[in-house]
Amino acid sequence: MIINLRVWRQPNAQTPGKMVAYRVEGVSEDMSFLEMLDLLNEDLTVRGEEPVAFDSDCREGICGMCGVVINGSAHGRASSHGDVPTTTCQLHMRSFADGATIDVEPWRAGSFPVIKDLVVDRSAFDRIISAGGFISINAGSAPEAHSVPVPKLQADRAFDAATCIGCGACVAACPNGSAMLFTSAKITHLAMLPQGQPERYLRVKNMVAQHDAEGFGGCTNIGECADVCPKQIPLDAISQLNRDLLKSLFKGEGKTA
Amino acid sequence: MAITGLLLIAFLLMHMVGNLKMFLGPESFNHYAEWLKGEILYPIFPKGSFIWLFRFVLLASIVAHMYSAWVLTIRDRAARGSNYVVTKRRAQTYSARTMRWGGVILAGFLVFHLLQFTTRTFLTGFTATDDPYTMFVKSFSGPMSFMVILYALWLVAVCMHVRHAVWSALTTLGLNTSERARGVLNSLAWIVAVLLFVGFIAAPLAVMFGWIK
Ligand code: HEM
Ligand code: SF4
Ligand code: FES
Repeated sequence: MIINLRVWRQPNAQTPGKMVAYRVEGVSEDMSFLEMLDLLNEDLTVRGEEPVAFDSDCREGICGMCGVVINGSAHGRASSHGDVPTTTCQLHMRSFADGATIDVEPWRAGSFPVIKDLVVDRSAFDRIISAGGFISINAGSAPEAHSVPVPKLQADRAFDAATCIGCGACVAACPNGSAMLFTSAKITHLAMLPQGQPERYLRVKNMVAQHDAEGFGGCTNIGECADVCPKQIPLDAISQLNRDLLKSLFKGEGKTA
Repeated sequence: MAITGLLLIAFLLMHMVGNLKMFLGPESFNHYAEWLKGEILYPIFPKGSFIWLFRFVLLASIVAHMYSAWVLTIRDRAARGSNYVVTKRRAQTYSARTMRWGGVILAGFLVFHLLQFTTRTFLTGFTATDDPYTMFVKSFSGPMSFMVILYALWLVAVCMHVRHAVWSALTTLGLNTSERARGVLNSLAWIVAVLLFVGFIAAPLAVMFGWIK
Protein backbone atom coordinates (compact mmCIF):
# COMPACT_ATOMS: atom_id res chain seq x y z
CA MET A 1 0.00 0.00 0.00
CA ILE A 2 0.93 3.68 -0.37
CA ILE A 3 0.78 6.04 2.58
CA ASN A 4 0.92 9.84 2.42
CA LEU A 5 2.48 11.12 5.60
CA ARG A 6 2.61 14.58 7.06
CA VAL A 7 5.25 14.46 9.76
CA TRP A 8 6.30 17.08 12.29
CA ARG A 9 9.95 17.97 11.65
CA GLN A 10 11.79 20.04 14.22
CA PRO A 11 15.61 20.02 14.44
CA ASN A 12 15.70 20.87 18.18
CA ALA A 13 13.77 22.47 21.01
CA GLN A 14 14.86 26.00 20.06
CA THR A 15 13.98 25.94 16.37
CA PRO A 16 10.30 26.04 15.40
CA GLY A 17 9.02 22.95 13.60
CA LYS A 18 6.60 22.31 10.77
CA MET A 19 4.66 19.54 9.08
CA VAL A 20 6.48 18.00 6.09
CA ALA A 21 4.78 15.73 3.55
CA TYR A 22 6.27 12.37 2.50
CA ARG A 23 5.00 9.58 0.31
CA VAL A 24 5.83 6.07 1.55
CA GLU A 25 5.51 3.26 -1.00
CA GLY A 26 5.64 -0.49 -0.56
CA VAL A 27 3.99 -0.47 2.87
CA SER A 28 2.63 -3.85 3.93
CA GLU A 29 -0.54 -3.94 5.99
CA ASP A 30 1.22 -6.26 8.43
CA MET A 31 3.78 -3.61 9.29
CA SER A 32 3.49 -1.78 12.57
CA PHE A 33 3.29 1.98 12.46
CA LEU A 34 6.93 2.18 13.55
CA GLU A 35 8.04 -0.23 10.83
CA MET A 36 6.33 2.02 8.34
CA LEU A 37 8.37 4.93 9.75
CA ASP A 38 11.49 2.72 9.47
CA LEU A 39 10.66 2.25 5.81
CA LEU A 40 10.38 6.01 5.35
CA ASN A 41 13.71 6.50 7.13
CA GLU A 42 15.51 3.95 4.94
CA ASP A 43 14.23 5.84 1.95
CA LEU A 44 15.27 9.22 3.40
CA THR A 45 18.74 7.86 4.24
CA VAL A 46 19.22 6.58 0.69
CA ARG A 47 18.18 9.98 -0.64
CA GLY A 48 20.69 11.63 1.70
CA GLU A 49 18.03 13.35 3.81
CA GLU A 50 17.84 13.48 7.61
CA PRO A 51 15.73 10.53 8.88
CA VAL A 52 12.72 11.24 11.12
CA ALA A 53 13.69 10.86 14.79
CA PHE A 54 11.24 8.86 16.93
CA ASP A 55 11.49 6.83 20.13
CA SER A 56 10.95 3.09 20.44
CA ASP A 57 12.35 0.13 22.31
CA CYS A 58 10.43 -3.09 22.95
CA ARG A 59 8.04 -2.74 20.02
CA GLU A 60 5.68 -5.08 21.79
CA GLY A 61 3.62 -2.60 23.78
CA ILE A 62 5.24 -3.01 27.18
CA CYS A 63 8.04 -0.49 27.59
CA GLY A 64 6.33 2.86 27.04
CA MET A 65 9.11 4.29 24.89
CA CYS A 66 7.14 4.85 21.70
CA GLY A 67 4.35 7.30 21.33
CA VAL A 68 3.29 9.84 18.74
CA VAL A 69 0.03 11.57 17.98
CA ILE A 70 -1.50 10.02 14.89
CA ASN A 71 -4.34 11.87 13.15
CA GLY A 72 -4.89 13.90 16.29
CA SER A 73 -5.12 11.00 18.72
CA ALA A 74 -2.35 9.82 21.05
CA HIS A 75 -0.90 6.46 19.90
CA GLY A 76 -3.46 6.65 17.09
CA ARG A 77 -6.24 4.97 19.00
CA ALA A 78 -8.85 6.74 16.91
CA SER A 79 -7.36 5.18 13.76
CA SER A 80 -6.93 1.70 15.17
CA HIS A 81 -8.91 -1.11 13.65
CA GLY A 82 -11.87 -1.69 15.97
CA ASP A 83 -11.01 1.37 18.08
CA VAL A 84 -8.87 -0.56 20.57
CA PRO A 85 -6.47 1.04 23.05
CA THR A 86 -2.95 0.62 21.72
CA THR A 87 0.64 1.77 21.80
CA THR A 88 2.08 3.22 18.62
CA CYS A 89 4.26 0.13 18.13
CA GLN A 90 1.19 -2.12 18.29
CA LEU A 91 -0.83 -0.11 15.80
CA HIS A 92 -0.66 -1.85 12.44
CA MET A 93 -0.93 -0.44 8.96
CA ARG A 94 -3.98 -2.62 8.24
CA SER A 95 -5.85 -0.03 10.31
CA PHE A 96 -5.37 2.45 7.46
CA ALA A 97 -6.70 2.53 3.92
CA ASP A 98 -4.38 2.32 0.95
CA GLY A 99 -3.49 5.86 -0.10
CA ALA A 100 -4.47 7.33 3.28
CA THR A 101 -3.04 10.62 4.45
CA ILE A 102 -1.77 10.40 8.03
CA ASP A 103 -0.68 13.27 10.28
CA VAL A 104 2.08 12.44 12.77
CA GLU A 105 3.00 14.80 15.59
CA PRO A 106 5.03 14.53 18.80
CA TRP A 107 3.43 14.59 22.28
CA ARG A 108 2.80 18.26 22.97
CA ALA A 109 2.98 19.56 26.51
CA GLY A 110 4.90 22.35 28.17
CA SER A 111 6.66 19.81 30.39
CA PHE A 112 7.57 17.52 27.46
CA PRO A 113 9.89 19.70 25.36
CA VAL A 114 10.63 18.40 21.87
CA ILE A 115 14.18 17.07 21.56
CA LYS A 116 13.97 16.38 17.86
CA ASP A 117 11.12 15.67 15.40
CA LEU A 118 8.86 13.19 17.23
CA VAL A 119 11.11 12.67 20.25
CA VAL A 120 10.19 14.50 23.45
CA ASP A 121 11.90 14.72 26.82
CA ARG A 122 9.80 12.81 29.35
CA SER A 123 12.28 12.96 32.24
CA ALA A 124 9.70 14.95 34.23
CA PHE A 125 7.98 11.57 34.76
CA ASP A 126 11.17 10.13 36.25
CA ARG A 127 11.37 13.00 38.71
CA ILE A 128 7.73 12.45 39.77
CA ILE A 129 8.54 8.79 40.43
CA SER A 130 11.71 9.68 42.36
CA ALA A 131 9.63 12.00 44.53
CA GLY A 132 7.76 9.07 46.05
CA GLY A 133 6.80 6.34 43.60
CA PHE A 134 8.68 3.64 45.50
CA ILE A 135 8.65 1.78 48.82
CA SER A 136 11.57 1.78 51.23
CA ILE A 137 12.49 -1.71 52.39
CA ASN A 138 15.66 -3.07 53.82
CA ALA A 139 17.40 -5.60 51.61
CA GLY A 140 17.50 -9.19 52.80
CA SER A 141 15.76 -12.44 52.05
CA ALA A 142 12.22 -12.06 50.77
CA PRO A 143 9.60 -12.68 53.48
CA GLU A 144 7.24 -15.64 53.17
CA ALA A 145 4.48 -14.42 50.82
CA HIS A 146 1.68 -15.85 52.97
CA SER A 147 2.73 -13.76 55.94
CA VAL A 148 1.32 -10.62 54.27
CA PRO A 149 -2.12 -11.41 52.89
CA VAL A 150 -3.53 -9.05 50.23
CA PRO A 151 -7.28 -9.16 49.51
CA LYS A 152 -7.96 -10.25 45.93
CA LEU A 153 -9.82 -7.11 44.86
CA GLN A 154 -7.04 -4.90 46.14
CA ALA A 155 -4.39 -7.04 44.53
CA ASP A 156 -6.25 -6.76 41.22
CA ARG A 157 -6.58 -3.00 41.51
CA ALA A 158 -2.90 -2.65 42.43
CA PHE A 159 -1.93 -4.79 39.47
CA ASP A 160 -4.13 -2.92 37.01
CA ALA A 161 -2.65 0.39 38.13
CA ALA A 162 0.88 -1.03 38.02
CA THR A 163 0.52 -1.77 34.32
CA CYS A 164 1.16 1.92 33.52
CA ILE A 165 4.17 1.99 31.22
CA GLY A 166 4.87 5.70 31.62
CA CYS A 167 4.38 6.46 27.94
CA GLY A 168 2.92 9.92 28.48
CA ALA A 169 -0.10 9.53 26.19
CA CYS A 170 -2.30 10.78 29.02
CA VAL A 171 -0.44 14.10 29.14
CA ALA A 172 -0.40 14.32 25.35
CA ALA A 173 -4.18 13.91 25.18
CA CYS A 174 -5.07 16.13 28.14
CA PRO A 175 -6.42 19.57 27.15
CA ASN A 176 -4.87 20.83 30.40
CA GLY A 177 -1.48 19.13 29.96
CA SER A 178 -2.02 17.36 33.27
CA ALA A 179 -0.15 14.19 34.29
CA MET A 180 -2.71 13.17 36.90
CA LEU A 181 -3.48 9.80 35.31
CA PHE A 182 0.17 8.79 35.30
CA THR A 183 0.78 10.05 38.85
CA SER A 184 -2.40 8.50 40.18
CA ALA A 185 -1.59 5.12 38.62
CA LYS A 186 1.51 4.88 40.79
CA ILE A 187 -0.31 6.23 43.86
CA THR A 188 -3.12 3.68 43.42
CA HIS A 189 -0.72 0.82 42.78
CA LEU A 190 1.18 1.36 46.05
CA ALA A 191 -1.85 2.47 48.10
CA MET A 192 -3.55 -0.89 47.53
CA LEU A 193 -0.66 -2.96 48.89
CA PRO A 194 0.51 -3.50 52.49
CA GLN A 195 4.07 -2.60 51.51
CA GLY A 196 2.90 0.81 50.34
CA GLN A 197 1.24 1.82 53.60
CA PRO A 198 4.09 3.26 55.72
CA GLU A 199 4.84 6.00 53.21
CA ARG A 200 1.36 6.30 51.73
CA TYR A 201 0.41 9.83 52.74
CA LEU A 202 3.86 11.32 52.47
CA ARG A 203 4.13 9.78 49.00
CA VAL A 204 0.97 11.41 47.70
CA LYS A 205 2.02 14.84 48.95
CA ASN A 206 5.49 14.59 47.47
CA MET A 207 4.45 13.17 44.12
CA VAL A 208 1.71 15.75 43.62
CA ALA A 209 4.11 18.53 44.63
CA GLN A 210 6.62 17.28 42.07
CA HIS A 211 3.90 16.94 39.43
CA ASP A 212 3.02 20.59 39.96
CA ALA A 213 6.65 21.70 40.14
CA GLU A 214 7.26 20.13 36.73
CA GLY A 215 4.63 22.46 35.30
CA PHE A 216 1.95 19.88 34.49
CA GLY A 217 -1.58 21.28 34.51
CA GLY A 218 -4.44 20.76 36.96
CA CYS A 219 -6.97 18.02 36.23
CA THR A 220 -10.54 19.08 35.40
CA ASN A 221 -11.85 15.51 35.00
CA ILE A 222 -12.34 15.68 31.26
CA GLY A 223 -11.37 12.06 30.61
CA GLU A 224 -9.34 12.23 27.38
CA CYS A 225 -6.37 10.59 29.18
CA ALA A 226 -8.08 7.35 30.14
CA ASP A 227 -9.48 7.02 26.65
CA VAL A 228 -6.10 6.88 24.92
CA CYS A 229 -4.17 5.14 27.70
CA PRO A 230 -2.78 1.93 26.17
CA LYS A 231 -3.07 0.21 29.54
CA GLN A 232 -6.56 1.58 30.23
CA ILE A 233 -5.68 3.03 33.62
CA PRO A 234 -9.17 4.06 34.80
CA LEU A 235 -10.21 7.55 35.90
CA ASP A 236 -10.95 6.24 39.36
CA ALA A 237 -7.19 6.15 39.94
CA ILE A 238 -7.34 9.96 39.91
CA SER A 239 -10.12 9.90 42.51
CA GLN A 240 -7.96 7.55 44.61
CA LEU A 241 -5.13 10.07 44.44
CA ASN A 242 -7.46 12.91 45.49
CA ARG A 243 -8.87 10.82 48.32
CA ASP A 244 -5.38 10.06 49.63
CA LEU A 245 -4.29 13.66 49.16
CA LEU A 246 -7.28 14.92 51.17
CA LYS A 247 -6.55 12.41 53.92
CA SER A 248 -2.87 13.34 53.90
CA LEU A 249 -3.79 16.90 54.85
CA PHE A 250 -4.93 15.54 58.21
CA LYS A 251 -1.75 13.54 58.77
CA GLY A 252 1.29 14.81 60.59
CA GLU A 253 3.82 13.97 57.90
CA GLY A 254 5.11 17.10 56.21
CA LYS A 255 6.55 17.21 52.73
CA THR A 256 10.19 16.36 52.32
CA ALA A 257 12.54 18.37 50.09
CA MET B 1 -13.31 24.94 42.94
CA ALA B 2 -15.16 21.85 44.09
CA ILE B 3 -16.22 23.18 47.48
CA THR B 4 -17.31 26.63 46.34
CA GLY B 5 -19.01 25.13 43.30
CA LEU B 6 -20.98 22.65 45.38
CA LEU B 7 -22.03 25.47 47.73
CA LEU B 8 -23.35 27.40 44.73
CA ILE B 9 -25.23 24.36 43.47
CA ALA B 10 -26.74 23.87 46.93
CA PHE B 11 -27.87 27.50 46.77
CA LEU B 12 -29.40 26.93 43.34
CA LEU B 13 -31.39 23.95 44.60
CA MET B 14 -32.70 26.00 47.50
CA HIS B 15 -33.50 28.93 45.23
CA MET B 16 -35.33 26.60 42.87
CA VAL B 17 -37.52 25.21 45.61
CA GLY B 18 -38.25 28.77 46.71
CA ASN B 19 -39.33 29.76 43.20
CA LEU B 20 -41.70 26.79 43.02
CA LYS B 21 -43.69 28.50 45.76
CA MET B 22 -45.05 30.64 42.94
CA PHE B 23 -47.45 27.75 42.38
CA LEU B 24 -48.77 28.09 45.92
CA GLY B 25 -50.02 31.62 45.33
CA PRO B 26 -49.01 35.16 46.30
CA GLU B 27 -49.20 34.75 50.09
CA SER B 28 -46.89 31.79 50.10
CA PHE B 29 -44.28 33.30 47.77
CA ASN B 30 -44.35 36.77 49.34
CA HIS B 31 -44.14 35.33 52.80
CA TYR B 32 -41.15 33.26 51.70
CA ALA B 33 -39.42 36.34 50.19
CA GLU B 34 -40.09 38.31 53.33
CA TRP B 35 -38.81 35.50 55.53
CA LEU B 36 -35.59 35.38 53.46
CA LYS B 37 -34.97 39.06 53.96
CA GLY B 38 -36.11 39.27 57.56
CA GLU B 39 -36.77 36.31 59.67
CA ILE B 40 -34.40 33.46 58.90
CA LEU B 41 -32.89 32.20 62.14
CA TYR B 42 -34.63 35.02 64.02
CA PRO B 43 -34.47 35.29 67.04
CA ILE B 44 -30.92 33.86 67.10
CA PHE B 45 -29.92 36.53 64.62
CA PRO B 46 -31.53 39.98 64.69
CA LYS B 47 -34.17 40.49 62.01
CA GLY B 48 -32.70 41.02 58.55
CA SER B 49 -29.14 40.23 59.51
CA PHE B 50 -28.88 36.61 58.49
CA ILE B 51 -29.54 37.43 54.83
CA TRP B 52 -26.38 39.50 54.83
CA LEU B 53 -24.33 36.64 56.23
CA PHE B 54 -25.94 34.43 53.60
CA ARG B 55 -25.15 36.91 50.84
CA PHE B 56 -21.61 37.26 52.10
CA VAL B 57 -21.01 33.50 51.95
CA LEU B 58 -22.50 33.36 48.44
CA LEU B 59 -20.44 36.27 47.23
CA ALA B 60 -17.29 34.84 48.80
CA SER B 61 -18.01 31.50 47.11
CA ILE B 62 -18.49 33.17 43.75
CA VAL B 63 -15.32 35.23 44.08
CA ALA B 64 -13.26 32.26 45.29
CA HIS B 65 -14.73 30.10 42.52
CA MET B 66 -13.84 32.64 39.84
CA TYR B 67 -10.40 33.25 41.27
CA SER B 68 -9.59 29.51 41.35
CA ALA B 69 -10.91 29.15 37.81
CA TRP B 70 -8.67 31.98 36.65
CA VAL B 71 -5.52 30.56 38.31
CA LEU B 72 -6.27 27.06 37.03
CA THR B 73 -6.86 28.28 33.49
CA ILE B 74 -3.58 30.19 33.37
CA ARG B 75 -1.73 27.17 34.74
CA ASP B 76 -3.39 24.73 32.35
CA ARG B 77 -2.80 26.91 29.29
CA ALA B 78 0.92 27.03 30.14
CA ALA B 79 1.02 23.28 30.77
CA ARG B 80 -0.60 22.54 27.41
CA GLY B 81 2.11 24.46 25.59
CA SER B 82 1.78 24.50 21.82
CA ASN B 83 -1.31 23.23 20.06
CA TYR B 84 -1.59 20.22 17.81
CA VAL B 85 -2.01 20.71 14.10
CA VAL B 86 -4.72 18.04 14.22
CA THR B 87 -6.66 17.05 17.35
CA LYS B 88 -9.34 14.48 17.71
CA ARG B 89 -11.68 14.97 20.66
CA ARG B 90 -12.75 11.61 21.98
CA ALA B 91 -13.92 11.50 25.56
CA GLN B 92 -14.65 15.12 26.40
CA THR B 93 -18.20 16.39 26.61
CA TYR B 94 -19.33 19.75 25.32
CA SER B 95 -20.00 20.84 28.91
CA ALA B 96 -16.51 19.91 30.05
CA ARG B 97 -14.98 21.87 27.21
CA THR B 98 -17.07 24.98 27.83
CA MET B 99 -16.67 25.28 31.60
CA ARG B 100 -14.46 28.36 31.34
CA TRP B 101 -16.37 30.53 28.87
CA GLY B 102 -19.63 29.05 30.08
CA GLY B 103 -18.78 30.21 33.58
CA VAL B 104 -18.04 33.72 32.35
CA ILE B 105 -21.43 33.87 30.58
CA LEU B 106 -23.20 32.69 33.75
CA ALA B 107 -21.51 35.37 35.82
CA GLY B 108 -22.43 38.05 33.29
CA PHE B 109 -26.06 37.07 33.31
CA LEU B 110 -26.06 36.83 37.10
CA VAL B 111 -25.23 40.55 37.25
CA PHE B 112 -28.26 41.31 35.06
CA HIS B 113 -30.40 39.00 37.18
CA LEU B 114 -29.46 40.76 40.41
CA LEU B 115 -29.97 44.22 38.89
CA GLN B 116 -33.38 43.04 37.81
CA PHE B 117 -34.77 41.26 40.87
CA THR B 118 -32.61 42.18 43.84
CA THR B 119 -31.76 45.85 43.35
CA ARG B 120 -34.70 46.41 40.97
CA THR B 121 -32.64 48.68 38.75
CA PHE B 122 -33.96 47.18 35.51
CA LEU B 123 -37.72 47.22 35.82
CA THR B 124 -38.99 44.56 33.45
CA GLY B 125 -42.64 45.50 33.42
CA PHE B 126 -43.03 45.94 37.18
CA THR B 127 -42.63 48.91 39.49
CA ALA B 128 -40.06 49.15 42.24
CA THR B 129 -42.69 48.90 44.94
CA ASP B 130 -44.45 45.76 43.66
CA ASP B 131 -44.38 42.75 45.94
CA PRO B 132 -42.10 39.88 44.83
CA TYR B 133 -44.99 37.79 43.47
CA THR B 134 -46.29 40.63 41.28
CA MET B 135 -42.75 41.37 40.16
CA PHE B 136 -42.31 37.76 39.09
CA VAL B 137 -45.63 37.64 37.23
CA LYS B 138 -45.18 40.96 35.44
CA SER B 139 -41.66 40.02 34.31
CA PHE B 140 -42.61 36.75 32.69
CA SER B 141 -46.16 37.28 31.45
CA GLY B 142 -47.30 37.63 27.88
CA PRO B 143 -47.30 35.09 25.06
CA MET B 144 -43.81 34.15 23.88
CA SER B 145 -42.35 36.30 26.61
CA PHE B 146 -38.86 37.38 25.63
CA MET B 147 -37.84 37.19 29.28
CA VAL B 148 -38.84 33.52 29.50
CA ILE B 149 -36.76 32.69 26.44
CA LEU B 150 -33.80 34.60 27.84
CA TYR B 151 -34.07 32.77 31.15
CA ALA B 152 -34.45 29.43 29.39
CA LEU B 153 -31.21 30.06 27.51
CA TRP B 154 -29.45 31.11 30.68
CA LEU B 155 -30.71 27.99 32.42
CA VAL B 156 -29.41 25.80 29.60
CA ALA B 157 -25.99 27.36 30.19
CA VAL B 158 -26.34 26.92 33.97
CA CYS B 159 -27.36 23.30 33.66
CA MET B 160 -24.57 22.44 31.25
CA HIS B 161 -22.09 23.94 33.68
CA VAL B 162 -23.69 22.03 36.53
CA ARG B 163 -23.69 18.75 34.60
CA HIS B 164 -19.91 18.63 34.30
CA ALA B 165 -19.46 20.35 37.66
CA VAL B 166 -21.28 17.76 39.77
CA TRP B 167 -19.31 14.90 38.26
CA SER B 168 -16.02 16.78 38.41
CA ALA B 169 -16.39 18.10 41.95
CA LEU B 170 -17.33 14.72 43.36
CA THR B 171 -14.43 13.07 41.53
CA THR B 172 -12.04 15.68 42.88
CA LEU B 173 -13.34 14.94 46.36
CA GLY B 174 -12.47 11.28 45.84
CA LEU B 175 -15.88 9.72 45.26
CA ASN B 176 -15.19 8.17 41.86
CA THR B 177 -14.02 4.87 43.28
CA SER B 178 -14.92 2.44 40.50
CA GLU B 179 -16.42 2.07 37.05
CA ARG B 180 -19.79 1.75 38.74
CA ALA B 181 -19.27 4.83 40.90
CA ARG B 182 -18.47 6.71 37.73
CA GLY B 183 -21.83 5.75 36.28
CA VAL B 184 -23.59 6.78 39.48
CA LEU B 185 -21.83 10.17 39.63
CA ASN B 186 -22.58 10.90 35.98
CA SER B 187 -26.24 9.98 36.43
CA LEU B 188 -26.41 12.13 39.54
CA ALA B 189 -24.95 15.04 37.59
CA TRP B 190 -27.63 14.64 34.92
CA ILE B 191 -30.37 14.38 37.51
CA VAL B 192 -29.29 17.57 39.29
CA ALA B 193 -28.94 19.45 36.01
CA VAL B 194 -32.32 18.39 34.63
CA LEU B 195 -34.01 18.97 37.99
CA LEU B 196 -32.63 22.50 38.14
CA PHE B 197 -33.75 23.24 34.61
CA VAL B 198 -37.27 21.93 35.08
CA GLY B 199 -37.63 23.37 38.57
CA PHE B 200 -36.51 26.86 37.57
CA ILE B 201 -38.31 27.15 34.25
CA ALA B 202 -41.62 25.78 35.57
CA ALA B 203 -42.85 28.97 37.24
CA PRO B 204 -41.87 31.40 34.44
CA LEU B 205 -43.50 29.06 31.88
CA ALA B 206 -46.63 28.85 33.98
CA VAL B 207 -46.73 32.64 34.08
CA MET B 208 -46.24 32.84 30.33
CA PHE B 209 -49.13 30.44 29.68
CA GLY B 210 -51.28 32.36 32.11
CA TRP B 211 -51.64 29.53 34.65
CA ILE B 212 -50.15 31.77 37.31
CA LYS B 213 -51.58 35.27 37.28
C1 HEM C 1 -35.65 30.98 35.98
C2 HEM C 1 -34.68 31.07 36.81
C3 HEM C 1 -34.60 32.06 37.94
C4 HEM C 1 -35.54 32.92 38.44
C5 HEM C 1 -36.97 33.12 37.96
C6 HEM C 1 -34.93 33.62 39.51
C7 HEM C 1 -35.59 34.58 40.26
C8 HEM C 1 -34.99 35.28 41.28
C9 HEM C 1 -35.65 36.26 42.08
C10 HEM C 1 -37.10 36.66 41.90
C11 HEM C 1 -34.75 36.71 42.99
C12 HEM C 1 -34.99 37.77 44.05
C13 HEM C 1 -35.62 37.16 45.25
C14 HEM C 1 -36.07 38.24 46.20
O1 HEM C 1 -35.91 39.42 45.89
O2 HEM C 1 -36.59 37.88 47.25
C15 HEM C 1 -33.49 36.04 42.75
C16 HEM C 1 -32.33 36.25 43.47
C17 HEM C 1 -31.11 35.65 43.15
N1 HEM C 1 -30.89 34.70 42.18
FE1 HEM C 1 -32.23 33.95 40.92
N2 HEM C 1 -33.64 33.19 39.66
C18 HEM C 1 -33.42 32.25 38.72
C19 HEM C 1 -32.24 31.55 38.50
C20 HEM C 1 -31.04 31.82 39.12
C21 HEM C 1 -29.80 31.19 38.84
C22 HEM C 1 -29.62 30.11 37.80
C23 HEM C 1 -28.85 31.72 39.66
C24 HEM C 1 -27.37 31.41 39.80
C25 HEM C 1 -26.54 31.26 38.81
C26 HEM C 1 -29.51 32.70 40.46
C27 HEM C 1 -28.91 33.48 41.40
C28 HEM C 1 -29.53 34.38 42.19
C29 HEM C 1 -28.88 35.14 43.22
C30 HEM C 1 -27.38 35.08 43.57
C31 HEM C 1 -29.88 35.94 43.83
C32 HEM C 1 -29.70 36.94 44.95
C33 HEM C 1 -29.88 36.38 46.29
C34 HEM C 1 -29.88 37.53 47.27
O3 HEM C 1 -30.54 38.54 46.99
O4 HEM C 1 -29.23 37.38 48.29
N3 HEM C 1 -30.85 32.74 40.12
N4 HEM C 1 -33.66 35.15 41.71
S1 SF4 D 1 -1.39 6.28 32.57
FE1 SF4 D 1 -1.57 5.21 30.57
S2 SF4 D 1 -1.23 6.87 29.08
FE2 SF4 D 1 -0.44 7.64 31.04
S3 SF4 D 1 1.71 7.12 31.09
FE3 SF4 D 1 0.65 5.39 32.07
S4 SF4 D 1 0.26 3.92 30.40
FE4 SF4 D 1 0.79 5.88 29.40
S1 FES E 1 8.16 0.50 21.80
FE1 FES E 1 7.80 -0.31 23.80
S2 FES E 1 5.71 0.21 24.09
FE2 FES E 1 6.00 0.78 22.02
